[in-house]
Amino acid sequence: MRNQNTITKGIDWSVIWLYIALVIIGLMSIFANEYKEGESIIQPILSQSKDYGKQTLWVGICAALAVFILLTDSKFFTATANLLYGFGIMLCLIALVVGTEVKGSKSWLVIGGFRLQPSELSKVFTCLALAKYISRQETDFTKTHSHLIAAAISLLPAIITVAQNETGLALVYFSFFLVMYREGLPPFILIAGASMAVILILSLIFASETLLIGFAAVALVTIFLTRHHFKRSRFLLWAIIGLWAVASFISAVAIPYGINKVMKPYQRDRIYSLVGKPYIPQNPEERAELEKLKAKNRGKSQNQSEYNVIQSKIAIGSGGVLGKGYLKGTQTRYDFVPEQRTDFIFCTIGEGFGFVGSIIFIGLYAILLFRMIVIAERQRSVFSRVYSYGVASIFFFHITINICMTIGLAPVIGIPLPLISYGGSSLLTFTILLFIMLRLDADRQMVLR
Amino acid sequence: MPVFNQSRKRVIQLIFFIVFFVIAAQLFNLQVLSSKYEGLAFDNAVYKKIVYPSRGIIYDRKKKAILDNVAMFDLMVTPFQVKNVDTLALCSILKIDTAEFRKRLVTSIIKNGRYRPSVFEGLVTHQLQAQLDENMYKFPGFDLAERPVRLYPFNAAAHVLGYVAEVDTSIIRKSSYFYQMGDYVGRNGLEKTYEQVLMGQRGIKYLIKDNKNRIQGSYEKGLFDTAAMAGRNVYSSLDIELQVLAEKLFQNKIGGVVAINPKTGGILAMASGPSFNPNDLAGANFKKNYGKMSMDTARPLLNRAIKGQYPPGSTFKPLGGLVALDQGLITPDYGYPCAGAYFQCGRPVKCTHAGGGHAANLRAALANSCNSYFVHIFRMAVDNKKYANTTMGYLKWKEYMNAFGLGVRLGVDLPSEDYASIPDTSKYNRDFGGSRRWNSCNIVTLGIGQDRMTATPLQLANAMCLIANKGYYYTPHFVDSIQDETVEDTVFLSKYRRKHEATHIADTSYAIVQLGMQDVVTHGTARNAMIPGVDVCGKTGTAQNPHGKNHSLFVAFAPRINPKIAIAVVVENSGYGSTWASPIASLMMEKYLHDTISTKRQAEVERISKADLIPAAIKHWYYVKDSIRQAKLLKVPKEVNVDTIIEAPVVSRKITYDPEAEPNRRDTGDVLMPKDSLLLPDNKKNRKDSTRP
Repeated sequence: MRNQNTITKGIDWSVIWLYIALVIIGLMSIFANEYKEGESIIQPILSQSKDYGKQTLWVGICAALAVFILLTDSKFFTATANLLYGFGIMLCLIALVVGTEVKGSKSWLVIGGFRLQPSELSKVFTCLALAKYISRQETDFTKTHSHLIAAAISLLPAIITVAQNETGLALVYFSFFLVMYREGLPPFILIAGASMAVILILSLIFASETLLIGFAAVALVTIFLTRHHFKRSRFLLWAIIGLWAVASFISAVAIPYGINKVMKPYQRDRIYSLVGKPYIPQNPEERAELEKLKAKNRGKSQNQSEYNVIQSKIAIGSGGVLGKGYLKGTQTRYDFVPEQRTDFIFCTIGEGFGFVGSIIFIGLYAILLFRMIVIAERQRSVFSRVYSYGVASIFFFHITINICMTIGLAPVIGIPLPLISYGGSSLLTFTILLFIMLRLDADRQMVLR
Repeated sequence: MPVFNQSRKRVIQLIFFIVFFVIAAQLFNLQVLSSKYEGLAFDNAVYKKIVYPSRGIIYDRKKKAILDNVAMFDLMVTPFQVKNVDTLALCSILKIDTAEFRKRLVTSIIKNGRYRPSVFEGLVTHQLQAQLDENMYKFPGFDLAERPVRLYPFNAAAHVLGYVAEVDTSIIRKSSYFYQMGDYVGRNGLEKTYEQVLMGQRGIKYLIKDNKNRIQGSYEKGLFDTAAMAGRNVYSSLDIELQVLAEKLFQNKIGGVVAINPKTGGILAMASGPSFNPNDLAGANFKKNYGKMSMDTARPLLNRAIKGQYPPGSTFKPLGGLVALDQGLITPDYGYPCAGAYFQCGRPVKCTHAGGGHAANLRAALANSCNSYFVHIFRMAVDNKKYANTTMGYLKWKEYMNAFGLGVRLGVDLPSEDYASIPDTSKYNRDFGGSRRWNSCNIVTLGIGQDRMTATPLQLANAMCLIANKGYYYTPHFVDSIQDETVEDTVFLSKYRRKHEATHIADTSYAIVQLGMQDVVTHGTARNAMIPGVDVCGKTGTAQNPHGKNHSLFVAFAPRINPKIAIAVVVENSGYGSTWASPIASLMMEKYLHDTISTKRQAEVERISKADLIPAAIKHWYYVKDSIRQAKLLKVPKEVNVDTIIEAPVVSRKITYDPEAEPNRRDTGDVLMPKDSLLLPDNKKNRKDSTRP
């Protein structure tokens, strides 16, 4: 009875209900695209012969783990944050050296038939370590060098993950900049980063002439609108002109140079296919080489992102307003969308439940995210706040990129949809992330260091 | 901690909100605004399986089925399931080697992919099917798929019925993609003309397929499926026994025969020589046999009864007589003092008789087939004073011919009927250099069915119907009625049910011509065409042609009163009309009218059917072909040693001419055509222009 009290006391039930709802939706989605009419439903769960069976087991494991985390003392997380971070980095390095290669990325550790992806788990550890660093008494997060250290903590696992050839996962670590922004990172870094990304995508999509004209137009309009301020500060004018020059330079010189001179043809092809543009090299030799490479890779997964997106859009688009109904989606049930239990799981929801269902579904996510912000802001201790923001950022990044790539708004980088996608490591990671947050939140009156 | 950062919460919330808004907007765009995805998804996942109905049957006039459907089997292979196949066993059953096995497997993967079944061996024979059935368990990935195939129990009427074969791209395009690759369609003959009727209505089954095109079950539990409707049967006027007799008589002969019931225009028999067994173009050996036949210089695939263009020769004379009578140029008693030739136009036109009053009147002239008489009345018609000039006179004459059904397509229900030729004045204007530079003398042999005039056996038989009916005919046709006739069918068939009043020539004119034709048989040129107890009216023809020996022609109808059958026979390069054509016609008429041939004349049937009248040039071509085949068979690997004399292959250009290639040539007839093995007889593009003089 006393124990029960310690678990449930101060727990934010809304998050727990959302968590349960999402996990069930995830299980049902995996089931929907695996189950064929007339098959036994229970048997694959018991024999672990199908993905939804395995996922059910993982859900069980996660439930146990969630209870376990809720039983843990909050101080444990602050005390071991750095240790865990170091442990995580070490596991990543070990995976890099002795790991098993799965689909071209060397990020898996096999321990007794049990496959684990340390780079998934290190998200949790990094989040803890970042919270620990920022919440230190001696850290003054208005200083630049603190920013640099925080950035280093965030990006070190990212570098290892890139080395493991898991670019998608590595990008997730950039979401920590959102947390740092909340804690005092100058906004221009966020703006500059976002602008760079926008310029990069724009210069891939549009011809450089169009883009330069566009930039000039934007600059002129800005100058026109802010002309009254120039008397007070000359600097503003020069800043605008400088920004315009930088943007033009990047899009007209730096990016073409990077793409055409530094990258190899197949990389260029992939970059262009991410934005949905065919890449035809001017140089005949290069074209021949690329053709040969494409012929070799025909039907293989790396060369299929374009196909994936088309199929995914067909599946979601064909759902219409109300959807085809559960277990009625022809596209997702008959394997037209590749990777549909992992990265493209959203198609199942989009096709089966249509626009209304999709909106309700992303609404659940939105509620979860806004709830996390509420939780973060009500913490007394910085550690808890930073950690909660970290969880929110990671969730946000995953949700955004995953859903956007299924509806053709983002390049295809394989990252799972939190709590929905098939995969033990991913479900485990998000469960740990979420329940540590709930544990810390339960002790929100405490000041943790 | 700096408190002012609290406000940044709002910024982060704003970022979240914007991103979710963008996602919602794109979802709205994809799912609500754009409509194309639904169609794309349908195309992706739903497979429209076409269910083929069984084809309709064609019956003869006594309601006997001329053709039938039998089930045959295709050996199908689904490459991705092919594992642990007893290759050796399969190869020995199919009598192929393992290299061929592998080749076919690779071909099917390339053509249809690994996951869809494709034909490994088409239309296996019944013995093979039994053998395969027994051993099927050894061949995972292979199975037998049923396919209906036409069967022709009488082995006859190949040209009339046509054949059923796979569609090609041009047919698919013409049908605006109604047909799909692999469909079977009537490719010739009645099968083609009545395709819409015989085909039935295809059913559509909507099936769900997966990303690898494997069928996963029915779509929406078969809610949208439509059932296949069997093809409707077609009842023809063909008399299959008569047809069999006609083909028997035409063995080893080139030419054509058409027999029509003059009262209805229903064609009773239509044969073309050389012919082939229709079963050769049904089933497994289609490709082999079709290839062989299309390369054959005698062109067995050509239906000479509707496409052969022959100068009608003397068989034209009754029509010439009718024209002259109708224009009032002669009376039945009009006579011409023929002295063995017609001398009024420079070069004399020879006649087989001389004097003795053999052309004392129209009836006698017809019976004796006097050339001079008909040349003379033809000139009278062309030079008729009623018309301004020769051209006008000629055009009036041509009008008569066209009304008789010559030089025009009659509209029989077979594809690609020929209209042969009643020459236009423009032809003569070109030949002689202007309309004023030729007169009736230049074209005088038109009067005896020569010159540029040609006709198909069908047209000749139809002309006989006209004379037999005294002035009208029904468009010759095969199909009398269609099972469950629809409005469209009735519209289509209505043209065969309409009487054509050709001209308004007086019955008395017809009567006198009929009597003349009866005399031809009783005491004229075609006494061997006599049938005891029947008044046969006929006319022989011996048509000169540029290809060699005269064509033997005979047209007839019987009986004179209340005619039941009209017939035209052409036997190429076989001599007098009375030698071959008239006995053939006579036998066929007897068969039709008496339902049997008297025992007395059975020997005649055998004699004619055994006679080999194939021109020497064509026989030579066969000889060369056979020799090459023999040589290939004998070419066993020889041990080559120093002493072996390697004979240089003798390159001898075999020159054969092709009488069918240009039937209307009016030059010497000695034009020889070097024939490369690659030169297809049908292929006009390949024809060597160098042979033109």
